[in-house]
Amino acid sequence: MSAPTASADDGTSTTTPTLELRDVNKSFGAVQVLHGVSMKVYPGQVTALVGDNGAGKSTLIKSIAGIHAIDAGEFLFEGRPVTVAGPREAAALGIEVVYQDLALCDNLDVVQNMFLGRERRNGILLDEASMEQAARDTLTKLSVRTLKSVRQLVSSLSGGQRQTVAIAKAVLWESKLVILDEPTAALGVAQTRQVLDLVRRLADTGHAVVFISHNMVDVFEVADRVAALYLGRMAADVPISQVDRSQVIELITAGRSGELGLQSAVAEVGA
Amino acid sequence: MSSNTVSTTTSDKEPGGAPAGFEGDRRDDTSLGGIVRGYVDRIRGGDLGALPAVLGIVVLGILFAALRPETFLTPLNITNLLVQAVPITILAMGLVFVLLLGEIDLSAGVVSGVAAAVMAQLLAEAGAPWYVAVLAAIVTGAVIGLFTGSLVGVIGIPSFVVTLALFLGWQGVTLRLIGQGGTVPVRDPVIIGVSNQNLPVVLGWVLALAVVLVYAALQLNRLRRQRSRGLASEPTVIVVGRIVIIAAVTLGITALLSIDRALSAAVDLAGIPYAVPLVVVLLLVLTFVLGRTSFGRHVYAVGGNAEAARRAGINVTRIRVSVFVIASTLAAISGIAAASRLGSVTPGSGAGNTLLYAVGAAVIGGTSLFGGRGRVRDALLGGLVVAIIANGLGLLGVQAYLNFIITGGVLLLAASVDALARRRAAATGH
Repeated sequence: MSAPTASADDGTSTTTPTLELRDVNKSFGAVQVLHGVSMKVYPGQVTALVGDNGAGKSTLIKSIAGIHAIDAGEFLFEGRPVTVAGPREAAALGIEVVYQDLALCDNLDVVQNMFLGRERRNGILLDEASMEQAARDTLTKLSVRTLKSVRQLVSSLSGGQRQTVAIAKAVLWESKLVILDEPTAALGVAQTRQVLDLVRRLADTGHAVVFISHNMVDVFEVADRVAALYLGRMAADVPISQVDRSQVIELITAGRSGELGLQSAVAEVGA
Repeated sequence: MSSNTVSTTTSDKEPGGAPAGFEGDRRDDTSLGGIVRGYVDRIRGGDLGALPAVLGIVVLGILFAALRPETFLTPLNITNLLVQAVPITILAMGLVFVLLLGEIDLSAGVVSGVAAAVMAQLLAEAGAPWYVAVLAAIVTGAVIGLFTGSLVGVIGIPSFVVTLALFLGWQGVTLRLIGQGGTVPVRDPVIIGVSNQNLPVVLGWVLALAVVLVYAALQLNRLRRQRSRGLASEPTVIVVGRIVIIAAVTLGITALLSIDRALSAAVDLAGIPYAVPLVVVLLLVLTFVLGRTSFGRHVYAVGGNAEAARRAGINVTRIRVSVFVIASTLAAISGIAAASRLGSVTPGSGAGNTLLYAVGAAVIGGTSLFGGRGRVRDALLGGLVVAIIANGLGLLGVQAYLNFIITGGVLLLAASVDALARRRAAATGH
């Protein structure tokens, strides 16, 4: 049974969401982690995915990325129903995930990391010139100015710069949906600023962005929509203009806030 | 200085619409301070480059030249030294690939013995032509590498344990092939010639000049292309400096080896031993594989962060297996070179301190034991250091016990430098 979610019209209902999930269920053995989760992610928008630890955020993004197969429900990408059987299929659709641990090779430079596993070649030779050009173009498009050189080793980069490289790597592949798993979690003030700016530009360049964060300041700064998970149920998926910070916190901690959120029965069962 | 004018004109040609940022990519800082700063930055990053090995070669060279002025710096001894360095260097080149993944191949030395034994027995017992014997030895190496690599990469046994077991096992195989206490002589003129015959002096010069010219042309052409497309490039003075050093070393060694080094006036002994161009060819091919192909890139990636490589879609198991194949194949070639120099294969071939020398060579040259950092040229530079120590101590006539202690100490020193550089890198990483 799907929990009713508050939905609202903010003018996006006319555009096709890049990603739409309808009543998605996912269980691991006897434990049901996702209960009828529905969610819409629009192009050009940052959707903040919030929820307490164990609410199912990781499971949800891993399902979107093709790492976990969903048990039931619909998965629509750009309006078409699709089944994503693995990470490669997700990447082929244009879904890229930047995980918290970034997965960069410290001993390689920025360009080499961005093209890792998908190097451009000229016969058997690596086409360094074209890769460097493309990496530079992508970084320029995202207005990244914090890197001294695209030939810097990743080991010499700061945390914010690493995050930048990981995000740029995801964008390089003509991705349409970029999922960022707590990109600002371990960063200082200035570096958080850089990454939030980058997240905003990602949306401004037409990408659909899912931004996972525990930090309400960051969420309200950068997000257009907010999707709150509560014990595996989608408590709300609304434009950020319709909620304030305390409401979002209530949605995260109690699953409901005033008119918004899960029916009290569900919320109380969980509580 | 001419390089300054070159750099100014090239930077003027940069595309006008260049994006902001990446100012480091277009910097052509030819001032001494800028170059020193860049180098210090790299050392901070834990990459000492060729510095320790070059320093080692120079210091040890001066030391032994001072202690044995009559014998050490003679053309005859330098030739001996280079030929001595060949098997160590080739073995170390293969180990660089394994070390890049943070793995170890303790069996590489004895694999060179097995391969040499196969070759020697085919030549002596079966009367096979040299090329069949050599090919059989190389195939033996490759198959052994596939076996080792599968145990490590597919089954997942730590490489230390697998190769320690094989270190014993393959010695038994060599013993079986050669026979207890036996020695199989290698008399084939081609194989003996690799270490004991020289290129004609003229041909040596032609090859040396060709190497220098092609190297300079490739380097300058790459720099020109990078500059014209606005890509990251090194300062002109560094590139030119590198060309000058390579040219000086290549031509200097060629000149030295072209001097008649015969001890009696009756014979003529001059020219580059064939083993030297063999090493140069291997160096070029393997450097190309590691630096310019996606296979090489993936080796670095797996060594740097195997999980990241796996997520990037790289077949980590395939890379693991193939580095062991490369190491064992080069071990086989090293075994052939050693048999060529000694003129025989014994049950002890490739055992004893062979592997220690080769690992020492790679590490002294700058390859990290922790994986992710290393180049093929490290094997050459480190191999020279190890050969100079062995050669110099031999000339000094030090006792065997001291030889062991000193060589072991040098390896330990190199490993300490590696570990400290790594710690330093971790400490300065933001």
